[in-house]
Amino acid sequence: MEIGALGKSYCDGETIIGQGEAGDCMYVIQEGKAEVIRESEGKEVRLSTLGKGDVFGEMSLFMREARSATVRAIGDTRVLTIDKKTFMRRVNEDPSFAFRILQEMACRIRKLDSDLVDLITRP
Amino acid sequence: MNDNSELKLNNGSRIGVIGGGPAGSFFSHFLLRQARLMDMDLHVDIYESRDFLSAGPKGCNMCAGVISESLVQALSIEGINLPTSVVQRGIDSYVMHSETETVTIRTPSEEMRIATVHRGSGPKGIRETRWKSFDRHLLEIAIETGANLVSRRVKGISLSDGKPLICAKEGEAQVYDLLVGATGINSPSLSLFENLGIGYKRPSTRKTSITELPLGLDAVSEKFGSSMHVFLLDLEGLDFAAFIPKGEFVTMCLIGDGVSRETVDSFLDHPSVKHLLPNARSAAAEACHCSPNISLGDAANPFGDRVVMIGDSGVSRLNKDGVGSAYRTAKAAAKTAIFEGISSDDFRKHYWPICRKISRDNRLGSLIFTTVNMMKGAQFSVRGSLRMCQKEQLKQGGQRRMSMVFWDMFTGSAPYREVFMRTLHPFFFSRLAWEVAMGFRFAGDGGSMVRRELWK
Repeated sequence: MEIGALGKSYCDGETIIGQGEAGDCMYVIQEGKAEVIRESEGKEVRLSTLGKGDVFGEMSLFMREARSATVRAIGDTRVLTIDKKTFMRRVNEDPSFAFRILQEMACRIRKLDSDLVDLITRP
Repeated sequence: MNDNSELKLNNGSRIGVIGGGPAGSFFSHFLLRQARLMDMDLHVDIYESRDFLSAGPKGCNMCAGVISESLVQALSIEGINLPTSVVQRGIDSYVMHSETETVTIRTPSEEMRIATVHRGSGPKGIRETRWKSFDRHLLEIAIETGANLVSRRVKGISLSDGKPLICAKEGEAQVYDLLVGATGINSPSLSLFENLGIGYKRPSTRKTSITELPLGLDAVSEKFGSSMHVFLLDLEGLDFAAFIPKGEFVTMCLIGDGVSRETVDSFLDHPSVKHLLPNARSAAAEACHCSPNISLGDAANPFGDRVVMIGDSGVSRLNKDGVGSAYRTAKAAAKTAIFEGISSDDFRKHYWPICRKISRDNRLGSLIFTTVNMMKGAQFSVRGSLRMCQKEQLKQGGQRRMSMVFWDMFTGSAPYREVFMRTLHPFFFSRLAWEVAMGFRFAGDGGSMVRRELWK
Protein backbone atom coordinates (compact mmCIF):
# COMPACT_ATOMS: atom_id res chain seq x y z
CA MET A 1 0.00 0.00 0.00
CA GLU A 2 1.32 3.46 -0.89
CA ILE A 3 2.18 5.64 2.10
CA GLY A 4 -0.53 8.17 1.21
CA ALA A 5 -3.24 5.59 0.62
CA LEU A 6 -6.26 5.99 2.88
CA GLY A 7 -8.51 3.12 3.96
CA LYS A 8 -7.75 -0.58 3.94
CA SER A 9 -6.44 -2.74 1.08
CA TYR A 10 -7.93 -6.04 -0.06
CA CYS A 11 -6.44 -8.61 -2.45
CA ASP A 12 -8.22 -10.13 -5.44
CA GLY A 13 -11.11 -12.34 -4.24
CA GLU A 14 -10.86 -11.21 -0.61
CA THR A 15 -14.21 -10.70 1.12
CA ILE A 16 -14.81 -7.14 2.32
CA ILE A 17 -18.22 -7.86 3.87
CA GLY A 18 -20.01 -11.21 4.05
CA GLN A 19 -23.69 -11.94 3.52
CA GLY A 20 -25.41 -12.61 6.84
CA GLU A 21 -22.81 -10.78 8.93
CA ALA A 22 -23.82 -8.05 11.34
CA GLY A 23 -22.55 -4.62 10.38
CA ASP A 24 -22.82 -1.01 11.46
CA CYS A 25 -20.67 0.77 8.93
CA MET A 26 -20.64 1.51 5.22
CA TYR A 27 -17.81 1.69 2.70
CA VAL A 28 -16.55 3.88 -0.13
CA ILE A 29 -14.26 2.40 -2.79
CA GLN A 30 -11.11 4.53 -3.05
CA GLU A 31 -9.29 2.47 -5.68
CA GLY A 32 -10.08 -0.66 -7.71
CA LYS A 33 -13.28 -2.68 -8.14
CA ALA A 34 -15.52 -5.01 -6.15
CA GLU A 35 -18.34 -7.40 -6.97
CA VAL A 36 -21.63 -7.70 -5.09
CA ILE A 37 -22.69 -11.33 -4.73
CA ARG A 38 -25.89 -12.83 -3.37
CA GLU A 39 -25.74 -16.43 -2.22
CA SER A 40 -28.92 -18.45 -2.55
CA GLU A 41 -29.39 -22.23 -2.28
CA GLY A 42 -25.67 -22.79 -2.56
CA LYS A 43 -25.34 -20.73 -5.71
CA GLU A 44 -23.68 -17.35 -6.12
CA VAL A 45 -25.30 -14.67 -8.24
CA ARG A 46 -23.34 -11.55 -9.14
CA LEU A 47 -25.67 -8.57 -8.64
CA SER A 48 -23.35 -5.80 -9.72
CA THR A 49 -19.81 -4.55 -10.04
CA LEU A 50 -18.71 -1.47 -8.12
CA GLY A 51 -15.90 0.95 -8.95
CA LYS A 52 -14.01 3.94 -7.55
CA GLY A 53 -16.25 6.29 -5.56
CA ASP A 54 -19.10 3.77 -5.23
CA VAL A 55 -20.71 3.26 -1.84
CA PHE A 56 -21.83 -0.07 -0.37
CA GLY A 57 -23.03 -1.48 2.94
CA GLU A 58 -25.22 1.57 3.57
CA MET A 59 -28.37 -0.51 4.14
CA SER A 60 -27.09 -1.68 7.51
CA LEU A 61 -26.91 1.95 8.63
CA PHE A 62 -30.65 2.34 8.22
CA MET A 63 -31.90 -1.19 8.99
CA ARG A 64 -30.80 -3.36 11.89
CA GLU A 65 -30.47 -6.41 9.69
CA ALA A 66 -27.61 -8.63 8.64
CA ARG A 67 -25.67 -7.83 5.45
CA SER A 68 -27.84 -8.78 2.47
CA ALA A 69 -24.95 -9.60 0.13
CA THR A 70 -21.25 -10.40 0.02
CA VAL A 71 -18.84 -7.84 -1.46
CA ARG A 72 -15.52 -9.16 -2.77
CA ALA A 73 -12.50 -7.36 -4.16
CA ILE A 74 -11.75 -7.71 -7.88
CA GLY A 75 -8.00 -7.23 -8.15
CA ASP A 76 -6.30 -5.00 -5.60
CA THR A 77 -8.97 -2.81 -4.03
CA ARG A 78 -8.79 -0.08 -1.43
CA VAL A 79 -11.84 0.76 0.66
CA LEU A 80 -12.59 3.44 3.28
CA THR A 81 -14.90 2.55 6.16
CA ILE A 82 -17.54 5.08 7.23
CA ASP A 83 -18.69 4.73 10.83
CA LYS A 84 -22.42 4.82 11.53
CA LYS A 85 -21.84 7.42 14.26
CA THR A 86 -19.86 9.74 11.97
CA PHE A 87 -22.46 9.42 9.22
CA MET A 88 -25.47 10.00 11.51
CA ARG A 89 -23.78 12.93 13.26
CA ARG A 90 -23.24 14.64 9.92
CA VAL A 91 -26.77 13.91 8.66
CA ASN A 92 -28.16 15.35 11.89
CA GLU A 93 -26.22 18.60 11.34
CA ASP A 94 -26.69 18.70 7.59
CA PRO A 95 -29.46 16.54 6.04
CA SER A 96 -28.14 17.30 2.52
CA PHE A 97 -25.17 15.10 3.46
CA ALA A 98 -27.38 12.10 2.63
CA PHE A 99 -28.07 13.34 -0.98
CA ARG A 100 -25.36 11.18 -2.47
CA ILE A 101 -26.62 8.03 -0.70
CA LEU A 102 -30.14 8.85 -1.95
CA GLN A 103 -28.79 9.24 -5.48
CA GLU A 104 -26.98 5.86 -5.25
CA MET A 105 -30.13 4.18 -3.96
CA ALA A 106 -32.25 5.79 -6.70
CA CYS A 107 -29.80 4.45 -9.33
CA ARG A 108 -30.04 0.98 -7.83
CA ILE A 109 -33.87 1.03 -7.83
CA ARG A 110 -33.82 2.12 -11.48
CA LYS A 111 -31.45 -0.73 -12.34
CA LEU A 112 -33.61 -3.22 -10.42
CA ASP A 113 -36.71 -2.02 -12.29
CA SER A 114 -34.91 -2.46 -15.58
CA ASP A 115 -33.65 -5.96 -14.61
CA LEU A 116 -37.17 -6.93 -13.51
CA VAL A 117 -38.68 -5.83 -16.81
CA ASP A 118 -35.98 -7.77 -18.70
CA LEU A 119 -36.75 -10.88 -16.64
CA ILE A 120 -40.52 -10.65 -17.18
CA THR A 121 -40.36 -9.88 -20.90
CA ARG A 122 -37.61 -12.40 -21.67
CA PRO A 123 -39.06 -15.10 -23.93
CA MET B 1 -31.09 49.48 2.96
CA ASN B 2 -31.94 46.24 1.18
CA ASP B 3 -35.48 45.05 0.66
CA ASN B 4 -35.55 41.52 2.15
CA SER B 5 -37.44 40.13 -0.86
CA GLU B 6 -34.45 41.10 -3.04
CA LEU B 7 -32.01 39.31 -0.79
CA LYS B 8 -32.15 35.96 -2.59
CA LEU B 9 -29.87 34.38 -5.14
CA ASN B 10 -31.43 33.98 -8.59
CA ASN B 11 -30.37 32.79 -12.02
CA GLY B 12 -27.32 34.79 -13.03
CA SER B 13 -26.52 36.03 -9.50
CA ARG B 14 -22.85 36.88 -8.97
CA ILE B 15 -20.89 35.70 -5.94
CA GLY B 16 -17.42 36.93 -5.01
CA VAL B 17 -15.38 34.70 -2.70
CA ILE B 18 -12.21 36.21 -1.20
CA GLY B 19 -9.76 33.40 -0.41
CA GLY B 20 -9.14 30.19 -2.33
CA GLY B 21 -8.15 28.01 0.63
CA PRO B 22 -10.31 25.10 1.80
CA ALA B 23 -13.18 27.32 3.08
CA GLY B 24 -13.46 29.28 -0.19
CA SER B 25 -13.17 26.16 -2.36
CA PHE B 26 -15.67 24.15 -0.28
CA PHE B 27 -18.13 27.06 -0.33
CA SER B 28 -17.89 27.52 -4.11
CA HIS B 29 -18.15 23.78 -4.78
CA PHE B 30 -21.20 23.22 -2.55
CA LEU B 31 -22.91 26.44 -3.65
CA LEU B 32 -22.63 25.52 -7.33
CA ARG B 33 -23.58 21.90 -6.70
CA GLN B 34 -26.70 22.87 -4.75
CA ALA B 35 -27.57 25.59 -7.28
CA ARG B 36 -27.56 22.89 -9.98
CA LEU B 37 -30.02 20.84 -7.94
CA MET B 38 -32.31 23.90 -7.89
CA ASP B 39 -31.80 24.53 -11.66
CA MET B 40 -30.05 27.79 -10.87
CA ASP B 41 -27.12 29.16 -12.86
CA LEU B 42 -24.70 31.21 -10.75
CA HIS B 43 -21.46 33.06 -11.46
CA VAL B 44 -18.79 32.45 -8.78
CA ASP B 45 -15.41 34.25 -8.73
CA ILE B 46 -12.74 33.04 -6.28
CA TYR B 47 -10.10 35.70 -5.56
CA GLU B 48 -6.80 34.06 -4.64
CA SER B 49 -3.45 35.67 -5.33
CA ARG B 50 -1.41 32.88 -3.75
CA ASP B 51 0.00 30.32 -6.17
CA PHE B 52 -0.41 26.94 -4.48
CA LEU B 53 1.84 25.40 -7.11
CA SER B 54 4.83 27.32 -5.70
CA ALA B 55 6.99 25.82 -2.97
CA GLY B 56 7.69 27.72 0.26
CA PRO B 57 5.72 30.58 1.83
CA LYS B 58 4.47 31.85 -1.59
CA GLY B 59 2.21 28.83 -1.97
CA CYS B 60 1.49 27.86 1.61
CA ASN B 61 -1.43 28.64 3.91
CA MET B 62 0.62 27.85 7.03
CA CYS B 63 -1.00 24.94 8.82
CA ALA B 64 0.03 21.62 10.40
CA GLY B 65 -1.73 19.83 7.52
CA VAL B 66 -3.73 17.11 9.27
CA ILE B 67 -7.09 16.08 7.81
CA SER B 68 -9.14 14.53 10.59
CA GLU B 69 -10.70 11.08 10.56
CA SER B 70 -14.24 12.49 10.53
CA LEU B 71 -13.44 14.88 7.65
CA VAL B 72 -11.79 12.17 5.54
CA GLN B 73 -14.98 10.12 5.91
CA ALA B 74 -17.29 13.09 5.22
CA LEU B 75 -15.38 14.14 2.09
CA SER B 76 -15.45 10.59 0.83
CA ILE B 77 -19.28 10.52 1.08
CA GLU B 78 -19.44 13.95 -0.59
CA GLY B 79 -17.52 12.49 -3.54
CA ILE B 80 -14.37 14.49 -2.77
CA ASN B 81 -11.60 11.94 -3.06
CA LEU B 82 -8.20 12.51 -1.46
CA PRO B 83 -5.81 10.71 -3.84
CA THR B 84 -2.32 9.42 -3.05
CA SER B 85 -0.94 12.26 -5.17
CA VAL B 86 -2.21 14.69 -2.47
CA VAL B 87 -2.12 12.65 0.75
CA GLN B 88 1.51 12.35 1.83
CA ARG B 89 0.90 9.79 4.54
CA GLY B 90 -2.08 7.87 5.93
CA ILE B 91 -2.12 7.83 9.74
CA ASP B 92 -3.54 4.98 11.82
CA SER B 93 -2.03 5.59 15.24
CA TYR B 94 -0.89 8.18 17.74
CA VAL B 95 2.16 7.81 19.96
CA MET B 96 1.85 9.82 23.16
CA HIS B 97 4.94 10.91 25.05
CA SER B 98 5.02 12.19 28.60
CA GLU B 99 8.14 13.12 30.56
CA THR B 100 8.97 9.44 31.05
CA GLU B 101 6.49 7.22 29.21
CA THR B 102 5.41 6.41 25.70
CA VAL B 103 2.10 4.85 24.71
CA THR B 104 0.80 4.02 21.25
CA ILE B 105 -2.91 4.41 20.61
CA ARG B 106 -4.16 2.66 17.50
CA THR B 107 -7.21 3.68 15.54
CA PRO B 108 -10.24 1.62 16.59
CA SER B 109 -10.86 0.66 12.93
CA GLU B 110 -7.21 -0.29 12.28
CA GLU B 111 -7.42 1.65 9.07
CA MET B 112 -5.62 4.68 7.59
CA ARG B 113 -8.26 7.33 8.05
CA ILE B 114 -6.24 10.40 8.94
CA ALA B 115 -4.42 12.19 6.12
CA THR B 116 -1.35 14.38 6.34
CA VAL B 117 -0.86 16.90 3.55
CA HIS B 118 1.06 20.00 2.59
CA ARG B 119 -1.25 22.96 2.07
CA GLY B 120 1.10 24.34 -0.58
CA SER B 121 3.56 22.54 -2.83
CA GLY B 122 6.05 21.89 -0.05
CA PRO B 123 8.53 23.77 2.15
CA LYS B 124 11.04 26.27 0.75
CA GLY B 125 14.05 24.72 -0.90
CA ILE B 126 12.23 21.57 -1.97
CA ARG B 127 13.76 20.35 -5.25
CA GLU B 128 11.15 17.99 -6.55
CA THR B 129 7.45 18.14 -5.74
CA ARG B 130 6.16 14.58 -5.50
CA TRP B 131 2.87 15.52 -3.89
CA LYS B 132 0.29 18.03 -4.99
CA SER B 133 -0.86 20.92 -2.81
CA PHE B 134 -4.01 20.10 -0.81
CA ASP B 135 -5.37 23.63 -1.28
CA ARG B 136 -4.74 23.44 -5.03
CA HIS B 137 -6.53 20.08 -5.18
CA LEU B 138 -9.66 21.55 -3.55
CA LEU B 139 -9.44 24.70 -5.68
CA GLU B 140 -9.36 22.55 -8.83
CA ILE B 141 -12.47 20.71 -7.63
CA ALA B 142 -14.25 24.07 -7.20
CA ILE B 143 -13.09 25.16 -10.68
CA GLU B 144 -14.34 21.86 -12.17
CA THR B 145 -17.72 22.53 -10.55
CA GLY B 146 -17.82 25.87 -12.37
CA ALA B 147 -16.08 28.53 -10.26
CA ASN B 148 -13.71 31.08 -11.86
CA LEU B 149 -10.30 31.71 -10.36
CA VAL B 150 -9.24 35.36 -10.25
CA SER B 151 -5.51 35.30 -9.47
CA ARG B 152 -5.28 38.89 -8.26
CA ARG B 153 -4.83 40.46 -4.85
CA VAL B 154 -7.94 42.17 -3.48
CA LYS B 155 -7.11 45.76 -2.52
CA GLY B 156 -10.54 46.98 -1.46
CA ILE B 157 -14.11 45.96 -0.72
CA SER B 158 -17.13 48.18 -0.13
CA LEU B 159 -20.89 48.25 -0.21
CA SER B 160 -22.44 50.37 -2.93
CA ASP B 161 -26.25 50.72 -2.92
CA GLY B 162 -26.27 47.72 -0.59
CA LYS B 163 -24.33 45.52 -3.04
CA PRO B 164 -20.75 44.34 -2.41
CA LEU B 165 -17.99 45.69 -4.60
CA ILE B 166 -14.61 43.98 -4.94
CA CYS B 167 -11.68 45.96 -6.22
CA ALA B 168 -8.70 43.81 -7.20
CA LYS B 169 -5.21 44.91 -8.22
CA GLU B 170 -4.98 45.63 -11.97
CA GLY B 171 -8.67 45.18 -12.51
CA GLU B 172 -11.98 47.03 -12.53
CA ALA B 173 -14.23 46.95 -9.49
CA GLN B 174 -16.77 44.13 -9.75
CA VAL B 175 -20.28 44.21 -8.30
CA TYR B 176 -21.60 41.07 -6.62
CA ASP B 177 -24.85 39.89 -5.08
CA LEU B 178 -23.02 38.07 -2.30
CA LEU B 179 -19.56 38.58 -0.80
CA VAL B 180 -17.92 35.67 1.03
CA GLY B 181 -14.92 36.12 3.33
CA ALA B 182 -12.75 33.02 3.37
CA THR B 183 -9.42 34.66 4.01
CA GLY B 184 -8.33 32.61 7.00
CA ILE B 185 -6.96 34.25 10.12
CA ASN B 186 -3.51 35.25 8.85
CA SER B 187 -4.50 37.41 5.91
CA PRO B 188 -4.23 41.22 5.79
CA SER B 189 -7.57 41.16 3.88
CA LEU B 190 -9.36 40.59 7.20
CA SER B 191 -9.07 44.29 7.99
CA LEU B 192 -11.00 45.04 4.77
CA PHE B 193 -13.97 43.16 6.26
CA GLU B 194 -13.54 44.88 9.63
CA ASN B 195 -13.86 48.23 7.84
CA LEU B 196 -16.85 47.17 5.73
CA GLY B 197 -19.39 48.51 8.21
CA ILE B 198 -21.16 45.25 9.17
CA GLY B 199 -19.61 45.19 12.66
CA TYR B 200 -17.31 42.26 11.86
CA LYS B 201 -14.40 41.73 14.22
CA ARG B 202 -11.83 38.97 13.75
CA PRO B 203 -11.50 36.17 16.35
CA SER B 204 -8.81 36.41 19.00
CA THR B 205 -5.69 34.41 18.16
CA ARG B 206 -2.50 32.96 19.51
CA LYS B 207 0.77 32.09 17.83
CA THR B 208 1.90 28.60 16.93
CA SER B 209 5.21 27.37 15.67
CA ILE B 210 5.41 25.16 12.59
CA THR B 211 8.71 23.75 11.28
CA GLU B 212 9.15 21.36 8.36
CA LEU B 213 12.02 19.01 9.24
CA PRO B 214 13.65 17.62 6.07
CA LEU B 215 14.44 14.05 7.13
CA GLY B 216 13.97 12.19 3.83
CA LEU B 217 11.38 9.58 2.83
CA ASP B 218 13.17 6.50 4.21
CA ALA B 219 14.01 8.08 7.57
CA VAL B 220 10.43 9.35 8.03
CA SER B 221 9.01 5.92 7.18
CA GLU B 222 11.46 4.08 9.42
CA LYS B 223 11.12 6.39 12.42
CA PHE B 224 7.46 7.34 12.25
CA GLY B 225 5.71 4.83 9.96
CA SER B 226 2.03 5.73 10.00
CA SER B 227 2.05 7.28 13.49
CA MET B 228 1.79 10.85 14.68
CA HIS B 229 3.69 11.69 17.87
CA VAL B 230 2.11 13.92 20.51
CA PHE B 231 4.02 15.30 23.50
CA LEU B 232 2.50 16.18 26.87
CA LEU B 233 5.52 17.82 28.43
CA ASP B 234 5.65 20.22 31.34
CA LEU B 235 7.37 23.06 29.45
CA GLU B 236 6.56 26.69 30.06
CA GLY B 237 4.30 28.25 27.41
CA LEU B 238 3.64 24.94 25.66
CA ASP B 239 0.21 23.27 25.70
CA PHE B 240 1.16 20.43 23.44
CA ALA B 241 3.49 19.58 20.61
CA ALA B 242 3.32 17.10 17.75
CA PHE B 243 5.50 15.54 15.07
CA ILE B 244 3.38 14.95 11.98
CA PRO B 245 5.00 12.65 9.40
CA LYS B 246 4.52 13.63 5.76
CA GLY B 247 6.34 12.26 2.70
CA GLU B 248 9.93 13.45 2.99
CA PHE B 249 9.30 15.88 5.84
CA VAL B 250 8.08 15.78 9.41
CA THR B 251 6.06 18.79 10.50
CA MET B 252 6.87 19.91 14.04
CA CYS B 253 3.90 21.80 15.46
CA LEU B 254 3.96 23.57 18.84
CA ILE B 255 0.86 25.14 20.35
CA GLY B 256 0.72 27.21 23.52
CA ASP B 257 0.10 30.67 24.91
CA GLY B 258 3.69 31.71 24.85
CA VAL B 259 5.42 29.70 22.12
CA SER B 260 8.69 31.50 21.44
CA ARG B 261 12.12 30.62 20.03
CA GLU B 262 13.11 29.57 23.59
CA THR B 263 10.07 27.25 23.84
CA VAL B 264 11.07 25.60 20.55
CA ASP B 265 14.67 25.17 21.77
CA SER B 266 13.66 23.73 25.13
CA PHE B 267 11.30 21.33 23.38
CA LEU B 268 14.02 20.16 20.97
CA ASP B 269 16.42 19.70 23.89
CA HIS B 270 13.94 17.71 25.95
CA PRO B 271 15.05 14.09 26.56
CA SER B 272 11.72 12.71 25.23
CA VAL B 273 12.25 14.50 21.93
CA LYS B 274 15.95 13.65 21.72
CA HIS B 275 15.11 10.01 22.38
CA LEU B 276 12.79 9.95 19.37
CA LEU B 277 14.72 12.26 17.08
CA PRO B 278 18.33 12.83 18.19
CA ASN B 279 19.06 15.09 15.20
CA ALA B 280 15.91 17.25 15.53
CA ARG B 281 17.82 20.39 16.52
CA SER B 282 20.20 20.28 13.58
CA ALA B 283 17.33 19.42 11.20
CA ALA B 284 15.34 22.39 12.53
CA ALA B 285 18.21 24.85 12.15
CA GLU B 286 17.83 25.43 8.41
CA ALA B 287 14.24 24.20 8.03
CA CYS B 288 11.28 26.09 6.59
CA HIS B 289 9.57 27.67 9.59
CA CYS B 290 6.54 29.86 10.23
CA SER B 291 4.64 31.21 13.24
CA PRO B 292 1.03 31.53 12.09
CA ASN B 293 -1.86 32.59 14.30
CA ILE B 294 -4.60 30.13 15.13
CA SER B 295 -8.08 31.13 16.09
CA LEU B 296 -8.99 31.07 19.78
CA GLY B 297 -12.54 32.32 19.72
CA ASP B 298 -15.40 33.51 17.55
CA ALA B 299 -15.54 36.42 15.18
CA ALA B 300 -18.06 39.12 16.10
CA ASN B 301 -20.86 39.59 13.54
CA PRO B 302 -19.52 37.22 10.87
CA PHE B 303 -22.38 38.09 8.52
CA GLY B 304 -24.51 40.95 7.29
CA ASP B 305 -26.83 41.58 4.35
CA ARG B 306 -25.06 40.02 1.32
CA VAL B 307 -21.90 39.25 3.33
CA VAL B 308 -20.79 36.11 5.18
CA MET B 309 -17.48 35.05 6.77
CA ILE B 310 -16.58 31.36 6.79
CA GLY B 311 -13.76 29.09 8.00
CA ASP B 312 -11.13 30.48 10.36
CA SER B 313 -12.23 34.06 9.70
CA GLY B 314 -15.62 33.13 11.21
CA VAL B 315 -15.68 30.35 13.78
CA SER B 316 -13.28 27.42 14.02
CA ARG B 317 -12.68 24.45 16.33
CA LEU B 318 -10.22 25.07 19.15
CA ASN B 319 -6.72 23.74 18.41
CA LYS B 320 -7.99 21.04 16.00
CA ASP B 321 -9.54 20.28 12.67
CA GLY B 322 -9.43 23.75 11.10
CA VAL B 323 -10.12 22.26 7.66
CA GLY B 324 -13.08 20.38 9.16
CA SER B 325 -14.50 23.67 10.50
CA ALA B 326 -13.96 25.23 7.07
CA TYR B 327 -15.99 22.39 5.52
CA ARG B 328 -18.85 22.69 8.03
CA THR B 329 -19.15 26.49 7.96
CA ALA B 330 -18.69 26.69 4.16
CA LYS B 331 -21.41 24.15 3.50
CA ALA B 332 -23.80 25.74 6.02
CA ALA B 333 -23.27 29.18 4.42
CA ALA B 334 -23.75 27.77 0.89
CA LYS B 335 -26.97 25.97 1.91
CA THR B 336 -28.30 29.15 3.53
CA ALA B 337 -27.52 31.22 0.43
CA ILE B 338 -29.24 28.77 -1.93
CA PHE B 339 -32.24 27.60 0.08
CA GLU B 340 -32.96 30.50 2.46
CA GLY B 341 -31.49 33.80 1.30
CA ILE B 342 -28.57 36.14 1.74
CA SER B 343 -29.89 38.65 4.28
CA SER B 344 -28.36 39.09 7.71
CA ASP B 345 -31.52 37.48 9.16
CA ASP B 346 -31.16 34.43 6.90
CA PHE B 347 -27.55 33.90 7.99
CA ARG B 348 -28.51 34.46 11.64
CA LYS B 349 -31.29 31.87 11.50
CA HIS B 350 -29.66 29.23 9.31
CA TYR B 351 -25.88 29.75 9.31
CA TRP B 352 -25.16 31.03 12.79
CA PRO B 353 -26.52 27.89 14.61
CA ILE B 354 -23.65 25.83 13.11
CA CYS B 355 -21.11 28.44 14.24
CA ARG B 356 -22.71 28.54 17.68
CA LYS B 357 -22.55 24.75 17.91
CA ILE B 358 -18.80 24.84 17.18
CA SER B 359 -18.37 27.72 19.60
CA ARG B 360 -20.20 25.97 22.48
CA ASP B 361 -18.20 22.83 21.85
CA ASN B 362 -14.99 24.90 22.04
CA ARG B 363 -15.90 25.94 25.60
CA LEU B 364 -15.82 22.29 26.65
CA GLY B 365 -12.64 21.86 24.59
CA SER B 366 -11.07 24.71 26.49
CA LEU B 367 -12.01 23.03 29.78
CA ILE B 368 -10.48 19.73 28.61
CA PHE B 369 -7.21 21.38 27.50
CA THR B 370 -7.03 23.32 30.78
CA THR B 371 -7.42 20.04 32.70
CA VAL B 372 -4.71 18.38 30.60
CA ASN B 373 -2.41 21.35 31.24
CA MET B 374 -2.99 21.05 34.97
CA MET B 375 -2.27 17.33 34.78
CA LYS B 376 1.02 18.03 32.97
CA GLY B 377 2.16 19.97 36.03
CA ALA B 378 1.69 16.79 38.09
CA GLN B 379 3.36 14.16 35.93
CA PHE B 380 2.13 11.30 38.16
CA SER B 381 -1.40 12.01 36.83
CA VAL B 382 -0.16 11.90 33.21
CA ARG B 383 1.61 8.66 34.09
CA GLY B 384 -1.64 7.29 35.54
CA SER B 385 -3.58 8.24 32.38
CA LEU B 386 -1.00 6.62 30.13
CA ARG B 387 -0.97 3.47 32.29
CA MET B 388 -4.73 3.27 31.86
CA CYS B 389 -4.31 3.67 28.10
CA GLN B 390 -1.61 1.04 27.99
CA LYS B 391 -3.73 -1.55 29.79
CA GLU B 392 -6.67 -0.88 27.49
CA GLN B 393 -4.50 -1.27 24.41
CA LEU B 394 -3.03 -4.56 25.64
CA LYS B 395 -6.44 -6.02 26.37
CA GLN B 396 -8.33 -7.63 23.50
CA GLY B 397 -11.88 -6.22 23.26
CA GLY B 398 -13.49 -4.39 26.15
CA GLN B 399 -14.04 -0.65 26.58
CA ARG B 400 -11.12 1.62 25.72
CA ARG B 401 -12.33 4.65 27.59
CA MET B 402 -9.06 6.55 28.13
CA SER B 403 -7.68 5.57 24.71
CA MET B 404 -10.81 6.95 23.05
CA VAL B 405 -10.64 10.16 25.09
CA PHE B 406 -7.04 10.75 23.96
CA TRP B 407 -7.76 9.58 20.41
CA ASP B 408 -10.73 11.90 19.91
CA MET B 409 -9.02 14.77 21.68
CA PHE B 410 -5.87 14.68 19.57
CA THR B 411 -7.37 13.60 16.26
CA GLY B 412 -10.35 15.95 16.43
CA SER B 413 -12.52 13.01 15.34
CA ALA B 414 -15.37 13.70 17.76
CA PRO B 415 -16.86 16.86 19.26
CA TYR B 416 -15.30 17.95 22.56
CA ARG B 417 -18.70 17.42 24.16
CA GLU B 418 -18.48 13.70 23.42
CA VAL B 419 -14.95 13.55 24.81
CA PHE B 420 -16.09 15.38 27.94
CA MET B 421 -19.13 13.13 28.45
CA ARG B 422 -16.89 10.06 28.26
CA THR B 423 -14.80 11.35 31.13
CA LEU B 424 -17.92 11.58 33.32
CA HIS B 425 -18.55 7.83 33.19
CA PRO B 426 -18.15 6.35 36.72
CA PHE B 427 -15.95 3.47 35.44
CA PHE B 428 -13.67 5.96 33.69
CA PHE B 429 -13.35 8.07 36.79
CA SER B 430 -12.74 5.23 39.25
CA ARG B 431 -10.20 3.53 36.92
CA LEU B 432 -8.35 6.82 36.38
CA ALA B 433 -8.30 7.54 40.13
CA TRP B 434 -6.75 4.10 40.73
CA GLU B 435 -4.12 4.50 38.01
CA VAL B 436 -3.24 8.04 39.15
CA ALA B 437 -2.81 6.72 42.70
CA MET B 438 -0.49 4.05 41.32
CA GLY B 439 1.31 6.70 39.27
CA PHE B 440 1.83 8.75 42.43
CA ARG B 441 3.04 5.73 44.39
CA PHE B 442 5.66 4.92 41.75
CA ALA B 443 6.49 8.55 41.02
CA GLY B 444 10.09 8.03 42.07
CA ASP B 445 10.62 5.53 39.25
CA GLY B 446 10.41 8.25 36.64
CA GLY B 447 13.14 10.37 38.14
CA SER B 448 15.87 8.61 36.23
CA MET B 449 14.21 9.69 32.93
CA VAL B 450 14.37 6.14 31.66
CA ARG B 451 11.98 5.93 28.75
CA ARG B 452 9.64 3.03 29.14
CA GLU B 453 7.94 1.74 26.06
CA LEU B 454 4.64 0.74 27.57
CA TRP B 455 3.10 -0.43 24.37
CA LYS B 456 4.36 -0.77 20.87
